[in-house]
Amino acid sequence: MVGRDTDADETDAASTALSDRDATLVESLLSGSHRALARVISRIEDRAPGYRAIVSALHDHTGTADVIGITGAPGAGKSTLVDKLALALRDRGDTVGVVAVDPASPYTGGAVLGDRIRMASTVGDMDVFFRSMSARGQLGGLSMATADAVTALDAFGKDTIVIETVGAGQSEIDVVRTADTVAVLVQPGAGDDVQTLKAGILEIGDVFVVNKFDREGAERTRSELEEMVHRRDGHAGASHPTGHHAPGAAHSAGAADDSHGVDDGAEEGSSTWTPPVVGTVAETGEGVDALLEAFDAHAAALRDSGELAAARRRRHAATIRTLIRADVGTLARDSITEHGGIDALAERVCRGESDPYTVAAEVLDPIERCVERATDGEPSGSPGPDADPGADRPSEKD
Amino acid sequence: MSVDVDERPVRCLVAKVGLDGHDRGAHVIARAFRDAGFEVVYSGLHRAPEEIVQAAVQEDVDVLGISILSGAHNTLVPKVIDGLEAYSALDDTLVIVGGIVPDDDEDALKAAGVAEVFGPGTPMSETVDFVRANLPERA
Repeated sequence: MVGRDTDADETDAASTALSDRDATLVESLLSGSHRALARVISRIEDRAPGYRAIVSALHDHTGTADVIGITGAPGAGKSTLVDKLALALRDRGDTVGVVAVDPASPYTGGAVLGDRIRMASTVGDMDVFFRSMSARGQLGGLSMATADAVTALDAFGKDTIVIETVGAGQSEIDVVRTADTVAVLVQPGAGDDVQTLKAGILEIGDVFVVNKFDREGAERTRSELEEMVHRRDGHAGASHPTGHHAPGAAHSAGAADDSHGVDDGAEEGSSTWTPPVVGTVAETGEGVDALLEAFDAHAAALRDSGELAAARRRRHAATIRTLIRADVGTLARDSITEHGGIDALAERVCRGESDPYTVAAEVLDPIERCVERATDGEPSGSPGPDADPGADRPSEKD
Repeated sequence: MSVDVDERPVRCLVAKVGLDGHDRGAHVIARAFRDAGFEVVYSGLHRAPEEIVQAAVQEDVDVLGISILSGAHNTLVPKVIDGLEAYSALDDTLVIVGGIVPDDDEDALKAAGVAEVFGPGTPMSETVDFVRANLPERA
């Protein structure tokens, strides 16, 4: 493994005190150093000592960027589209940050991150900051790391930040959901793909993109998608005044499918937003301007409906929850070690001396007692070392 | 498994520079690095030196492996090195070169800041071990 920072004063992973050197790093990032931004993202990705303090310090400088998530099956053309989007955004004067997430080998942890190959249109333009990230298999950690990387790019001053990920599993969906606007990319003739998308991904799309729109079956894929979008909106009924994109399909499908009771649109609060379906040819850049317009329209709709604030609140809540869960997980790990280690505990179950439930209860007992003591004994008592109230305060600056 | 992990994989950029369409070697080494547990960013073909610098800086890699078989190493590699220097990224980036490089040129490249040059037939394990042994300390 790589030689790393070992600040004596940064031993507590949850500490939000900024070391002098990290303060300098934050300072350089805020003053526009690409190297500092790159290093901060590395620290975030590595969950290196002190990273929380860094993210915490950057938090005050965020809230100005539009965050767009792009997801879709492998080969749908995400990277190529991101390249053209970056170009279009640069053309209108926006600075761009891109976080591209690729899978890692579950065996070696190694990865080949290939999204960068497609970034050909904005070559040599440092105002497009492109960063590849590997899904390092951290539970819940990937979406955290991505969200924190977005924080860094936002604080750096990027106008628009694009998160690109393969929509292949829950963790990827969690990643893309850290964006304000989510685009789901499909390719023509992907009838079966669309079926699989239904389950997880269709619900999260704010904009749908049929890429490779010059190919056969593109129109059909678009109308299928439009049908599904309206079906999903069906139960929102009259509450979406923005109208229909495919009137014929919508009316029949909407009524028929209400019984499925998908609670997506309502949960996301985007009931006044009907996701448009945009056709693009990423290779040539065709349709990219229309896509940007759709993104802008969604951003405006979010702001006008007050949904943006609600979405960000939800996201902060999720972040706080993930952080706390991680810290409690660490406590649990310590307690497992304290009880002789996981192998010894499992061995006891094998020998018939105990069962998994009893063992788990034993390991958790000291933690439970601490919580009880803290809540009963001193209701307004001093917060523990990992309960700094300033650390992850949701800041509604939108 | 926690949000905070105690180790980090080696990050490297495998780059093809200049008018050189031979990427078999780059692919093989990218794969070998991946199998060694590294995170490998691959640049794609026909990159200009400044593109490689941009990628190395933004990706914050520990290792930059430049694959070059065109014979233009004396022109292109120093440009990459100067670019890294301009972003104060040279000190903590291990720059290695793979390809066909005459011995005299090799000395010049090393003097310019290249850590090692790997010729044809170098076993993958040798390159991987060299990288592991020579990773720059991160300040």
